[in-house]
This record gives sequence, C-alpha cells and structure tokens, in this order.
Amino acid sequence: MKHRAFIGFIVGELLILLLFFAFGQATVRLREGELRAKRDIVWKLMLTDFALWTEARYTRNPSQADLFSAFQDFPSSLEHFPAGSIIPPGKVNEPTEIKYKKVSPGTLKQWPVFGLTKVEDGTLGIR
Amino acid sequence: MERHKKILEYTLSSLFRRRYKNLALIAVFGIVVTVLSSILFLTHSLKSEALYVLDGSPELIVQKVSGGRNDLIPLDYMRRIQVIPGIGHVVPRYWGYYYDSLTGGNYTILGIDQDVKELKLLDGRVPTGNGECALGKGVSDARFAGIGGELVLTDSRGMAVSSRVVGVFTSESDLLANDLILINKDEVRSLFGMPPDKATDLDVGVYNTSEVSNIAQKIKRLLPDTRPITKNEIIRTYDTVFNWRSGMILTMFFGAIIAFCILAWDKATGLSADEKQEIGILKAIGWETSDILEMKFWEGVIISLTAFLTGIIIAYAHVYFFGAFLLAPALMGWSVLFPPFRLMPYLDLYQITVLLFLTVIPYVASTIIPAWKSAITDPDVIMRG
Repeated sequence: MKHRAFIGFIVGELLILLLFFAFGQATVRLREGELRAKRDIVWKLMLTDFALWTEARYTRNPSQADLFSAFQDFPSSLEHFPAGSIIPPGKVNEPTEIKYKKVSPGTLKQWPVFGLTKVEDGTLGIR
Repeated sequence: MERHKKILEYTLSSLFRRRYKNLALIAVFGIVVTVLSSILFLTHSLKSEALYVLDGSPELIVQKVSGGRNDLIPLDYMRRIQVIPGIGHVVPRYWGYYYDSLTGGNYTILGIDQDVKELKLLDGRVPTGNGECALGKGVSDARFAGIGGELVLTDSRGMAVSSRVVGVFTSESDLLANDLILINKDEVRSLFGMPPDKATDLDVGVYNTSEVSNIAQKIKRLLPDTRPITKNEIIRTYDTVFNWRSGMILTMFFGAIIAFCILAWDKATGLSADEKQEIGILKAIGWETSDILEMKFWEGVIISLTAFLTGIIIAYAHVYFFGAFLLAPALMGWSVLFPPFRLMPYLDLYQITVLLFLTVIPYVASTIIPAWKSAITDPDVIMRG
C-alpha cells in the first residue's frame, strides 16, 4: 500500500535525522577535549583568529587588521581578494545610549559614561 | 481516519502516474534545501566553534597605529599601560607574516618564550631555543618538513635562516594553526629585522573582565596613537564573518532562495489542463471541495516534506562527513593554505525550523491555492475546459 510506504519513508528519514542529532551531541561530547585543547592553544599562544584565509593580512587576522588594509593598493582600490567578500566591514561603534537627568544648577558633576559633564548653569555638555 | 488514508493513497497514485515530473520536482526542491542547509550548518558550526575557542584569546590587544596603518609598538608603552589600575599583565607579542615564494603561501610566524612548555595538539615538542621551530600541518605538508626535518626561511637581510622542526601541530588544530610557524621570539625579531625596543603588539590582561571596555578607553586616552582591541570585538568579528546574512554566504543563500521562489511561483500561477480535468472528474464522481483541497494539501506535503528531509540529510552528510567539499572551493578564495573542515556537528534547531517554514509551508500553500478555484467550480464547466 503506497500510503504505508510513504509514511514508512518519512518516518525513516525522521529517524535518520534523529540519529544525526544524537550523533552530533555524542561527537561534541567526545571531542570536548579537543575543543578545550584548542582553547588552551589560543590562550598559551595568545592567538586571536582562525587560520582560514591566508590571502592577505586582513583576511588572515580580520579582528586585528587596520581599517584601511582592504584598500591597501591605492586610495580608490576596491576589495579584490575573494575572502574579502565573506568578511564584511566590522562595526566601528556599538549602538550608544545617552541618559540624562536634571540636577540643580551650581553643581559640577561628571558622569563616567561618554565623558558627559554638567556645567554650572544646568545644561549638559559632552566632553 | 480511513477517509484521510484513502485520499493519501489516491494522491500518491496520482503523483506516481506523473512520476518523472514529480521526481524532478523533488530533486530540484531537494537541491535548493541542500544548498541552504549546508550554508546554515557550515556557518553555524564555524561560529559556535569560534565563540568557544576564541574565548581563550587575550582580553585586550594594544596595537600602535601610524598613518592609519599598523606599526610596531614601543616596549616603553608597557610601562605606561602597567600603571593603570585593574591591569594584570602586559606581555609583548612578536609575530608577523611571511610570504613563501616556493609555495606561494603566506605563513604566520609567532615568537614564543620559555613560558610555553607544552601544547596539547602538538606532536613532538615546543621549540625551546634558537634554531628550532614547530609547524602547522599546512606548512609541514607544503614544505615537506616533518619532525626532524629542516625549514629554511629568508630573513629581512636576504640571508637564509635554517630551523630544525621539533614539532608539528595535529590536524585537529588546523583551524587555528594550519599556517603557523612557532620559533623563539628572539629569532622572530632577527627574522623580521625588528628593533630591540619594539614588539608587534601587546597582550594586556585585566583582572575584572567587566572593566575591559573602560580600561581600553583609558589606554586610548593615555596613548592616542594606539588601538586597543577587546576580546569582545574579536569574538564579534567572527559572529559577523560567519553570519549567514553577509558577504558571499548571503549571495549563495540568496541565489538558492530565488531558485526556490521561482519554483513556488511556477506552481502557484495555475494548474495544467490535465490537473483541472482530474479535479473536474473527481467532483463529478462525488468528491467534496474539502476532499479536493485535502488531496492538494497531501500533494504539496508529499513533495515538499520528502524533498526537505532528504535535503537536510544530504546537507548534514555533506558538511559533517565530507567536509563541505562543495562549499569549500567557494570559501577558500586565493588561499594557498586552507585548512580542511573537520567541523563540530552543532545543529541549530531554530534555523532548521525557520527553513522548514520558509520552504515547506509556502510550497504547500502554492499548491493548494490555485486548486481552490477549480475545486469550487462546477465540474461540468471544468471538464468542458
């Protein structure tokens, strides 16, 4: 009966997926030592990046590269290494938030965040 | 329940009558799902491994920047940074890139000192003095230099520098050390012609990790020509690099999504004359509209679910058993040394569920909706065409 064969086929595929999932969990547990050993290498050798793309210095160490190295050849030169299309420009600034509140004038108060200062007439300034 | 089984049976028979067309449909759908899933699995595994492994990277790296470019950092800066409260250690790093004209590959040469005594994923031992080196597996294979062999490099004066290979990293460490050459830090300085009072950059340790950003700002204020890089930024770089919403990964992903949309659109734009006639005959022999729609529902589910599950299974095997051999050439670019993928099988069920809702549900909808108009029409009108 075709419907039994189909249901059996789908159940079989779901079982294979479950098997893969269990295999994945078991493999991660078994190779946990390998992950710890890699972290140990990173810590002892003070590494910062994966050794994936060795085409250029900014693809080899994307987290360490200076911001202009992708345009290294001349001012308007575009990115030409293939791995550069995989590595997008990093975020220069995280989203910021400014909080302020009114305080009584005549007090000089400095907030540690973003160097905000309050001048004597009650207005806020950013240092 | 019996009625549903009979409708399912009829649907399967109907699909079997046009088996080659439907098999082709399943194959195309399955290939699209395979490509999409492979990209998701690969990027998720790399990202998960990066987040775990790179957690061991330095809390703060301080570079000197001159004219927008990286420059060697004076060792005197260590003394000035050390006085900032909250700073633990300040250790200079000596490393650089070396282009090997023999193989056309770029290596990373890293200087170590006597503090590094043992590394777990290293066959042999760590170099202890001048004239010794440890190699990444990629370098060892490229230069045919195993333990006991020789590695000859050219220094900044054009002189040959020979080192005996005392250790080779194992293949498990390829993602980290494939292109690495470890030598004594004094040899790094002489190889690259570094002045004795300068280093490549500084590794700065911080006692309280929640203060890293504040200390980075203080360093920047104290030494305006430096660029502090926090561990958070290092990890965030890889979060962005392996995000499936960026770069070439997005292009491949987008291409596969477009292919799927064309497939679904073709299905949704209408039924063929044969299919309309079939619906007309079924209505004439007493099938209800709900039965017709249920038949179309099963038709969509049979094709999409079969293709989806088959695609996921093939993608899993492709990425985790066969090292993503279809995607690797697209990723490796111009790298001469590219590590083979031995990825950890991290599965993100959320991504699989999203893929299910992006593929199966729209396909089933695009099968049912065009059939609805024929299903509510008088069978006499349909059969006359």
